[in-house]
Amino acid sequence: MPNPTSNNEPIIRFDRVNKSFGDLKVLDQLSFDVDPGERVTLIGPSGSGKTTILRLLMTLEHVTPTKDPAKDGGVIWVEGKPLSHMEKGNRLVVANERHLRQVRKKIGMVFQSFNLFPNMRVLRNVTEAQVHTLGRSKDEAEVKAKELLDLVGLSEKVDNYPSQLSGGQQQRVAIARALAMDPDILLLDEVTSALDPELVADVLGVLRDVADTTSITMLIVTHEMGFARDVSNRVMMFDRGQIVEEGAPDEIFSDPREARTQDFLRAVLAE
Amino acid sequence: MDWSRVIDSLPSYANPLLVTIQVTVAAAALALVVAFTLGLATSSRHLAVRTPARAFVELIRGSSVVVQLFWFAFAMPILFGIQFDYAIVVGVVALALNYGAYSSEIVRGAIAAVPKSQWEACTALGFTTIQKMRLVVIPQAWPEMIPSLCAFAIMLLKASSLVSMIGIADITFRASILGGEAGQNPLPHLTVILVIYFVLAWLIWTGMRALERRAKRGIGVDAKPVKGHLTPAVAAKGVG
Amino acid sequence: MNSGWNNEIASEIFPMVLEGFWTVLKVTAVAGLIAVLLGLALAIVGRIAPTPVRRPISGFMQFVRNTPLLVQVLFVWYATSLYINPEWSAFAVGSVVLGVHYASYTSESYRAGIEAIPLGQWEAATALSLPTHRTWFTVILPQMMLRSTAAVANWIIAMFKEVPVLFAIGVIEMIAEVKQYQGQHYTGALEGYTLAGLLFLAASYPVAVMMRRLENRLAKSHF
Repeated sequence: MPNPTSNNEPIIRFDRVNKSFGDLKVLDQLSFDVDPGERVTLIGPSGSGKTTILRLLMTLEHVTPTKDPAKDGGVIWVEGKPLSHMEKGNRLVVANERHLRQVRKKIGMVFQSFNLFPNMRVLRNVTEAQVHTLGRSKDEAEVKAKELLDLVGLSEKVDNYPSQLSGGQQQRVAIARALAMDPDILLLDEVTSALDPELVADVLGVLRDVADTTSITMLIVTHEMGFARDVSNRVMMFDRGQIVEEGAPDEIFSDPREARTQDFLRAVLAE
Repeated sequence: MDWSRVIDSLPSYANPLLVTIQVTVAAAALALVVAFTLGLATSSRHLAVRTPARAFVELIRGSSVVVQLFWFAFAMPILFGIQFDYAIVVGVVALALNYGAYSSEIVRGAIAAVPKSQWEACTALGFTTIQKMRLVVIPQAWPEMIPSLCAFAIMLLKASSLVSMIGIADITFRASILGGEAGQNPLPHLTVILVIYFVLAWLIWTGMRALERRAKRGIGVDAKPVKGHLTPAVAAKGVG
Repeated sequence: MNSGWNNEIASEIFPMVLEGFWTVLKVTAVAGLIAVLLGLALAIVGRIAPTPVRRPISGFMQFVRNTPLLVQVLFVWYATSLYINPEWSAFAVGSVVLGVHYASYTSESYRAGIEAIPLGQWEAATALSLPTHRTWFTVILPQMMLRSTAAVANWIIAMFKEVPVLFAIGVIEMIAEVKQYQGQHYTGALEGYTLAGLLFLAASYPVAVMMRRLENRLAKSHF
């Protein structure tokens, strides 16, 4: 995917990142880079740490600190700046809420369970954060929202409440809501897993459009292998918090090298 | 029983009725402020905010509203040298603190019941804590609070009769005075005010139902119609 | 009016307040028993009695639940002394009214406990041809108890804290004791009411905490 602003610097860098929940180690010294405009699909059995990676990037979880992040790693970088940490003098210290609020503006997320705000109509779901987080005027936000709702095919539903929409429609609103923030990075966390099978196609169609028409960097966790093959430039196979193998979609899906990948793909395709 | 004398005395209930309504409405309004303040404070992540609020709630809930009323009326003036000019203020403050402390648990519970995923969506969109509360959490929690707050409003109405014990001339006070006059039977007078209280309770309940329906419509949910019983669902839960 | 806390007065008034508190406990025991048993009876009647019986009872309890205890106490007190027996004690009359008042709440807690039992339990009892009373005593009531206990206990704690209302008909509880002391010494309001409040706190707080634990445990159990 061509990207005019692209240079050699990765847009996302995980540098020996650790994450534990209590005694359970989810990510173990995980390192990888993502280039600007890249679409990366994360696959792997449940509990392999894929979703945790997205949640760390969205700052919904925080890295388990290492003794000296400057030396030891355990830092997430976004656009060359630390996300999980902030620079204080020459050292990196764990980020505070203010720093997090700044850095997470570049990142948008679409959730498995949509998480629309039930107390707001569709239009306001899409305008609210534009106004209150980005400081756009209400008019500006509404123009943008209507544009995006048109893109996802829901112009007629602007005045409905989320509860009056189908799951697929709700998820498309959620996609519009995330895009309205003009994110550099879009995180898609199993966005079709909670949908009835007949609604999956619409949502994936919208996402294909977004992938074709924008240069947003995407990290995708999904079980829709067809979609992953079409949209992504790279597939990473995870197991127990580590990358088992990675490569172009054709390589991974048609000719996986690792036994664990083969087993996983066989299990998914058998479903 | 001499009902004609009771009927003749009905107009003299007008002012006391106003007092009962004033005490209830003022105490309910103040209690709502107290409930939200304490409810938000006890939901806080910060120990320094949560602990004193928690202690205050336990202190108030742990003791008796009747004793608190007498304490505010007769003990506080000695302790702090403050005396309110009007006993009615004492009544309102004592009732508001007590029912506010109870209701703060409703507020806290309703906030805690807003799914974690809603908070996460707010984080993903970059909201500040105050924006999360104001724009998303409280608007969602509010309709859930209404039935329980309604139950407390009715309990507050009932408790407003206690202010007669510290000399405030509400309808209970009026009925005691009239019923205590020579040659008067107190029972018809007490019957009159029992009916008044019941009608007021019914009004609160009806009003709250309408409010709940509106609030639920505000989040696109149809409130299920509940017929008959005054606040049984809330009564069932207990006040713990 | 003197100002500030006086330890001497406090130590003088404490035994009186304590005596008042003892009365409160006795009222709580009697009224609590009524609230627990009558509430249960009302809940069962509400489930099995025919509509012509159920309706008036439920209407009456709704009236009781939505009018002030104080006025009810005064009403019954005057009614019994004028028309039934002027010898009846304020303690007895007050306890009964308090118990009935709170039965109007506990019955709702029991009712909710019964309604929360899955229909399948009733159907299983029918499928086993259990006689009605066996169904109630071995299947329904034990499950209901588990679900309602915490809520009912909370109502009893609430009732306990409302006993001082009976001061209005001359039950010598804590407020009456403080007033009595004040009548003799023209002081003691601060110490008396503060001690009374603290005694309530000391007695009700541990029970309330215990009930919350019980609730949490039940909420976690898969029952």
